[in-house]
Amino acid sequence: MSAPLLAVENVGMKFGGFIALQGVTTEFRPGRVTSIIGPNGAGKSTFFNVLSGVLSPSTGTVRFKGDDLKGTRQHEFVHRGIARSYQITNIFPDLSVHENVRVAAQAGRSRYNIWTNRKKFDELDARADKALESVGLIAKRNETAKFLAHGQQRALEIAIALISDPELLLLDEPTAGMGPEETKEMVALLEKLAAERTILLVEHKMKMILGLSDRILVLHHGQLIADGTPHEIQTDPEVRRVYLGQNHGYA
Amino acid sequence: MNVPSVAAPLAADARKPARLKAMMTTYRVPLSILALCILPWLLPSKALAVNVLIYGVVCVGYNLLFGYTGLLSFGHAAFFGAGAYITGIAIGQFGVSWYLAVLMGVTGGAVLAFIIGGMSTRTRGIYFSMVTLALAQLVYYVALQASTWTGGENGLRGFTVNRINLFGFDINFLDPVNKYYVLMVFAAAALWLVSRILNSPFGAAIEAIRENERRARTCGYDVERTKLLAFTLSGTICALGGTMSALHLAFVPLESLHYLTSGMIVMMTLLGGASSFFGPFIGALVFLLMEDVFSLWTSHWQIIVGSIFVLFVLFLPKGIWGTFLSRVVR
Repeated sequence: MSAPLLAVENVGMKFGGFIALQGVTTEFRPGRVTSIIGPNGAGKSTFFNVLSGVLSPSTGTVRFKGDDLKGTRQHEFVHRGIARSYQITNIFPDLSVHENVRVAAQAGRSRYNIWTNRKKFDELDARADKALESVGLIAKRNETAKFLAHGQQRALEIAIALISDPELLLLDEPTAGMGPEETKEMVALLEKLAAERTILLVEHKMKMILGLSDRILVLHHGQLIADGTPHEIQTDPEVRRVYLGQNHGYA
Repeated sequence: MNVPSVAAPLAADARKPARLKAMMTTYRVPLSILALCILPWLLPSKALAVNVLIYGVVCVGYNLLFGYTGLLSFGHAAFFGAGAYITGIAIGQFGVSWYLAVLMGVTGGAVLAFIIGGMSTRTRGIYFSMVTLALAQLVYYVALQASTWTGGENGLRGFTVNRINLFGFDINFLDPVNKYYVLMVFAAAALWLVSRILNSPFGAAIEAIRENERRARTCGYDVERTKLLAFTLSGTICALGGTMSALHLAFVPLESLHYLTSGMIVMMTLLGGASSFFGPFIGALVFLLMEDVFSLWTSHWQIIVGSIFVLFVLFLPKGIWGTFLSRVVR
């Protein structure tokens, strides 16, 4: 068995008196798609924020490739190999589609160069175009990002996250606010990405998760209540009680 | 059908201004310098032209932080004043040659910007503006109290530069035309430097931070450090403007450190257009021209300038140059 890419040990997160996460212990191995589900307020976003350095956990440790991530600043996470997208579309609205991705690629090598013309970095341009191609946005490369359709903006955000060639990709509801057609395209994109890297996914669309995931984690009131294959999760009585049993209309 | 035959030339026409704009961006430094070369002959007085040069440099430097990094500082008078005071003190009290004094003024301004930037860039939004304002006022009161060095309320005097020696040429610096063209070399250097910064990867990074700080951080940019560097560079250019002002006036008024000066820099930048490279320069030009004209009519010229400023903020938020670029040149 391969070594875990990410090991989470007894992670807890408190906001004042509110306990958002409690005693979460799990591991993520390379090359798989793991989905994290749970009712609203279960702690999914908090968990993602801990894994991507937005929050530092109140208790417990997170190890990436064996290194404790404690004290690592948020902007360093991507350099270590952890990239993410956000639940609410998070792009550079007034920059061109190409520049959105190019500027993200640039963060990996020249952050404080005030002298060289940025157009001289051909390799960055090429990489940005390649990333845009892989998410199907190359035809829109010169458009201003804010004028893209919602689904295209979501895809652009994934291109931005992909450009650093992360070993671990965290996607927070990549299909949020999408219609069925856009969702289908996104699922196809995610399937393509899943072949190449380790993906952690927070999602609400159950049908999509069951088809896409190798493994599903269920969070409830900040605690991990189930962990297993899609089939195991579907038949887990505890999960059925707290989550699938509720009338969400997709179980 | 003749629709395509009509549409085709239309499309070609639409492309032409776009190309013009791209060309204006590519050659923005030579074009700006060309404009500066003819400026003194278009304005009512040479002294006004020198003032435009000085505040143009200050505003272009300020805009690196305001327009491109998206940080509204209300304390840039500190760097402008610091540059001016250090230059004046170096010449008047230590007998340093003028070009060394300029270098010292710029360096001193850079150090001050690094310190004030280090304290203020940790905060965000209105808090950032307030911290810069407070720290700049601190500098103002230090200058007021340290009157043996700065002349206190009376300002700093006694460092007139009459003649300067430039590559073997002895130039009468009291002649306004000579003064303009010598100082124009500094302005040209500042414009070139700022343009270079904006074209660099760092220029792309600050724009990314302006656009979306959280995304920039997630992409791997150290936002605090990038902001601090932008703040320091911006303050350094403002300090250069200050040293130019000291050489020009042979006097540093205490008001050059006052927050009203900071406010004026913000106003000029907004008036000209914070979204463009040369806009702040145009803003300085129009502001000072209005002051020149309206102050002949009435001592309350600020009322007129202020009203025009409000109208611009409300109806032409891109400023004069920004609106011109987006409407006329496209």
